[in-house]
Amino acid sequence: MNAPSPLIRRLRACLAAECIIEDDESQRPFECDALTIYRDLPLAVVLPETVEQVQQLLQICHALDVPVVARGAGTGLCAGAMPHAEGVLLTLSKLDRILEIDPVARTARVQPGVSNLSISEAAARHGLYYAPDPSSQIACSIGGNVSENSGGVHCLKYGLTVHNILAMTVQTVAGEELTLGSLGLDSPGYDLMALFTGSEGLLGIVTEVTVRLLPAPEIARVIMAGFDSIDAAGDAVSAVIAAGIIPAGLEMMDRLAVQAAEDFSHAGYPRDAAAILLCEMDGTQEEVAQHVDEVAKLFEQRGATSLTISGDEAHRALLWKGRKSAFPAVGRLAPDYYCMDGTIPRGQVTYVLNEIYRLSEHYALPVANVFHAGDGNLHPLILYDASDPAQSRKAEAFGGDILELSVRVGGCLTGEHGVGVEKLSKMPSQFSAQELAQFEDIKHAFDPALNLNPGKGIPILKRCQEYRALPARHQHD
Amino acid sequence: MIESSNTTDADHSEAIIAALRDARERQSAVYINAGGSKRHMAGRHCEAEELDVSAHRGIVDYQPQELVITARAGTPLKEIITALAEQNQILPFEPPLFGGKATLGGTLACNLSGPARPWGGSIRDMVLGVQMINGKCERLNFGGKVMKNVAGYDVSRLQAGALGTLGVLSEVSLKVLPRPQQTLTLRYAMSANDAIATMNRRAGEPKPLSGAAWLDGQLYLRLSGAASAVDSTAVQWGGEQLGDNDAPWQELREMALPFFTGDAPLWRFSVQSSARCTAQFGPTLIDWGGSQRWVRGEQSREQLDRAAADARGHVTLFRGGDRGSEVRPPLNAVERRLQQQLKQSFDPDAILNPGRLYSWL
Repeated sequence: MNAPSPLIRRLRACLAAECIIEDDESQRPFECDALTIYRDLPLAVVLPETVEQVQQLLQICHALDVPVVARGAGTGLCAGAMPHAEGVLLTLSKLDRILEIDPVARTARVQPGVSNLSISEAAARHGLYYAPDPSSQIACSIGGNVSENSGGVHCLKYGLTVHNILAMTVQTVAGEELTLGSLGLDSPGYDLMALFTGSEGLLGIVTEVTVRLLPAPEIARVIMAGFDSIDAAGDAVSAVIAAGIIPAGLEMMDRLAVQAAEDFSHAGYPRDAAAILLCEMDGTQEEVAQHVDEVAKLFEQRGATSLTISGDEAHRALLWKGRKSAFPAVGRLAPDYYCMDGTIPRGQVTYVLNEIYRLSEHYALPVANVFHAGDGNLHPLILYDASDPAQSRKAEAFGGDILELSVRVGGCLTGEHGVGVEKLSKMPSQFSAQELAQFEDIKHAFDPALNLNPGKGIPILKRCQEYRALPARHQHD
Repeated sequence: MIESSNTTDADHSEAIIAALRDARERQSAVYINAGGSKRHMAGRHCEAEELDVSAHRGIVDYQPQELVITARAGTPLKEIITALAEQNQILPFEPPLFGGKATLGGTLACNLSGPARPWGGSIRDMVLGVQMINGKCERLNFGGKVMKNVAGYDVSRLQAGALGTLGVLSEVSLKVLPRPQQTLTLRYAMSANDAIATMNRRAGEPKPLSGAAWLDGQLYLRLSGAASAVDSTAVQWGGEQLGDNDAPWQELREMALPFFTGDAPLWRFSVQSSARCTAQFGPTLIDWGGSQRWVRGEQSREQLDRAAADARGHVTLFRGGDRGSEVRPPLNAVERRLQQQLKQSFDPDAILNPGRLYSWL
């Protein structure tokens, strides 16, 4: 057996044996995130148990010029946590303690490996909760949420991760600790917390987060309405906004998504509808009663073919179950699916969906659409068979066309899933060379040797060759 | 789409780029100015030739049903608020208008928000995208006009509070919201610390709170939202009802209350909402549900920094006093290095508002 490398020797000196995974077989569970088409194995997977160990690991990698990829729960959807073949995969799942809940100031101080949902569960006894709720909230970690600026179905009213965090502790690439934000509502100097949120682990490693907690609403009710055209459903969405109502959630699903979800969850969705809307209102008893009334009338005026208003909590949960299980439900229709994440102006939804249907025919691949209609975030699910290389190529091209379509109508490449490896090559369709160079300059300000999550998030182009002759590190052949 | 028909509207971005390029060639720094309303507040005094961007104004795009407005940075906020009001919409962060002089760009650069900030968010929270000109005289677009966008770093939000030191803002896109159906103010006589406790308790209830401030022994709570919710909450919470008169909140937002008059230094504490008020620093006004506190008078910077640290926040010399020295608290070596490197990434020749944020930035 070969002698361990200097890297491995130093990692072993820093961590307990069970916190370092070196062999390929044990590394397999870490080879990808939830976007499984991109896989790789790192030199080592490390699972530090303390913040001090995270610092030491970063110092070791910094000294040896080794790439570091951070990973939370691995539920990401853009291959942002795919390991680097020449690097260390820094898994933060053992830093999983809720350190403090302050029910008066309404904040929770947590470690990065804490799951999104467990924050709300811990805050529930104080009548509080953490608002952002990505679909993966049972599993996804708050550190990952910060890295991707995760959203969920309640963003229109309650905002994204960036709107719901107050402070965080991060480690620089050299293992220096830094506090960003404050327990006030702003901080002196540049707003590095805003810059770090959604930066996909490219600027530093998050080791603690203080989140804002909100009072749990007195009541929430959901209206489900079926429509016989995408157009009518889109109009109904606009009508709600025009009436001055900001629903807690406003979701659209098209026919294929509705049918799959209904077969899977038996939530009572109208299988014959071209599209359904799920519109949730929350707040005080009086306010919800008033808004449910107004929205139901609006939907009827806009030609709803069916209308269901949740009665009790169980009924509300059932109506949401279809939507929340839409991905696995659609997943039963084909061996694989590819989930896209473009965001578009709401007014473009009819045009964009019709274009997606046209592309679906062109590529001969079915597509189901799940849409955060309230904030214009579209999730087309392209159905294909990954074991067929021709279909895989077509699915990737179809997805790329959808992203470019989103940008063309005034939207963006990714609303909440991130760029990662997946959308790296599409970045020039949204950003000019000068804009990409500015991103690159920002990256250099925090990580001059380009060791944090190389090959993800932002394309490193012009300076790559100048700074180091390792183009492969940045996914450029 | 609603387009502004104001005859003063014009795209002067080419002229701004040309002026900046000229300054850069001469190795001369610029001080970016539009309405001039915040020249003597928010940041340090900045000695540099003025780059007047006030002619670069006008609403570029306003789509009420998308809840998004885009305007040139020199547009007076008043004009934006008027356009929104015609569609029954508002800027949820309630920025100060400073006699109509405040502009969109200046408000974002200073990250100024009014009493609704803890509930409605700040301008930093509402910004969706910016067009800016960096110190290399490049016109750059970040973010966009949609609600969610995680492609690339969030350079738009980074401009909030950067005081124009990273770029000349050219256009800003913001999320806007419907005007609340009803607003009502409640008043209670109580001490500062009782008010802080009450503000935090009320903010923990699922009610339509949209303002919580204390001044001169009086706690003011504002409710905004669906009429049914506002009315029922007012009944439950009691207190003296001041009706839907929003004037006290406007005076607070505009710093037009007697508390703010005069030349005495004005200190701004940004602290944990529940931190107790130590009352050793003279006249105090509490806003933002306890998170923002104003103090008047000559004070020792070190003492104030200690008090702010105890309250888990920081303090800024917002207006008046010695504006040649630092007005923000000191940063440690690592923070300082990263802030400087970030500044250099946007403005390598240090021509944009040098020293406005920190003397060394």
